[in-house]
Amino acid sequence: MSQRTAKSREVITPVRTTFIIASLLIALLMNLLPWPQSIIKVVPDFVSLTVLYWCLHQPRRFGFTAAWLLGLLMDVANGTLFGQHALAYSVLAYAGIVLHRRVLRFTMRDQILHVIPLLLMTDLIVLAVRIIVGTELPGISYFAGSFVGGLLWPAASYLLTLPQRLKPHSEYV
Amino acid sequence: MEQILPPFFKHGPAPLVRLLLCSLLSIALLITDARYKYLGGTRQVIALTLYPLQRLANAPGVLAVHLSEFFITRGMLRTENDRLAEQHLHDAATLQKYRALELENAHLRELLGIRGHYSTGIAAAEIVYSEHDPFIKKIVIDKGAQQQIKAGQPVIDQAGLIGQVTRLYPWLAEVTLITDKQHMVSVQNLRNSQRAVLAGHGADGQLELKFIPLNADFQVGDQLVTSGIDGIYPAGLPVAVVVDVERNPAELFARIICKPLAGVANHTQVLILDIDNTTPPRPPQEENPDSVKKKNKDK
Repeated sequence: MSQRTAKSREVITPVRTTFIIASLLIALLMNLLPWPQSIIKVVPDFVSLTVLYWCLHQPRRFGFTAAWLLGLLMDVANGTLFGQHALAYSVLAYAGIVLHRRVLRFTMRDQILHVIPLLLMTDLIVLAVRIIVGTELPGISYFAGSFVGGLLWPAASYLLTLPQRLKPHSEYV
Repeated sequence: MEQILPPFFKHGPAPLVRLLLCSLLSIALLITDARYKYLGGTRQVIALTLYPLQRLANAPGVLAVHLSEFFITRGMLRTENDRLAEQHLHDAATLQKYRALELENAHLRELLGIRGHYSTGIAAAEIVYSEHDPFIKKIVIDKGAQQQIKAGQPVIDQAGLIGQVTRLYPWLAEVTLITDKQHMVSVQNLRNSQRAVLAGHGADGQLELKFIPLNADFQVGDQLVTSGIDGIYPAGLPVAVVVDVERNPAELFARIICKPLAGVANHTQVLILDIDNTTPPRPPQEENPDSVKKKNKDK
């Protein structure tokens, strides 16, 4: 345990704003990729995963405004009603910011167990808006993306901390 | 000493306050968009910023197509050429027949005084991406307002009707597929010319004929084409084929499930048909019986 904590407190350089923006753009790009129809149901929402990551890791740098604007972008890209992803991402950002002290203390496996319900909640909010406006129920496979997203959490965490690890601080080495 | 807080303590509004603010804003947007449809302009602006990303996301696919075209072999070209030549001969014969028929048809229509409304304006487009959203049956194509595409134009592929342009962006257009839950097409049965309304089924990519009486003459295998009555789709476009007819005497209407003829879920090239709305205007509505009654009461 102590070793793990030491590892999670590994010395990392502060994150650059350009990197945050770039990561969000890439996430958006991955959402827009023309995924084959056969696997589209299990493709996670990369933007919500990235938003959650930055809310947990950089709650002072990244917050509601960015999450909300990204939600608007997703709504336009999907051609859905304005504001449903904005609403979902805002709630996700809130959960991330409130829980950031707690979640990051856990081991990676337990972090996944936190991330999956948060992503499911995002999906549920979008679904709730949809139902109020009136559509059919999408079936249980609609939520598969959230579980895949949760399983991708370790990979996302690793990739998004990568540039901070590349240059270890000379003082601590 | 004035109390200057170090930046560490500067938080701004509490998260809950911000959440409430964002949520209220989102809900306000939702209501504005759903009820009043004021946000078309905003959507266009945001779509413009998204456009480069959308093209970029599509780039790998386009590149793959180009690469596969590059590595095509001579043998494949030959076989394809032979096939196309044969197809061409075949088509030429059909076309001649068609031309003769068209002439005859035009002549007959002239005689009858009916305006021909099957237009010839056609634009080819490519599908940029399908929505990353299991609820919606929509696709985005690479022609938009700049290419004189208009909302309401029908979109077809080589096999039949795909859908209708519903939202325009400067260089892109959104097409609602016929399988969308909100989408209806006025069709007729090719076998007996019976009219009906064909509605999308949503998730499972099928279609259903609505409000068909139990004893109506629909059989499995019947082909449905557009009737042209709705003034949106030109008459005679193939739409769907009946795959299942269920007549349950306990219900008012027969349950008729159809399968779209066009490759609604898998295609990359589509055609956008041009329509000139030459449908004559509706006759003026007769006065509402309720208001007539009221007037009589007032007297």
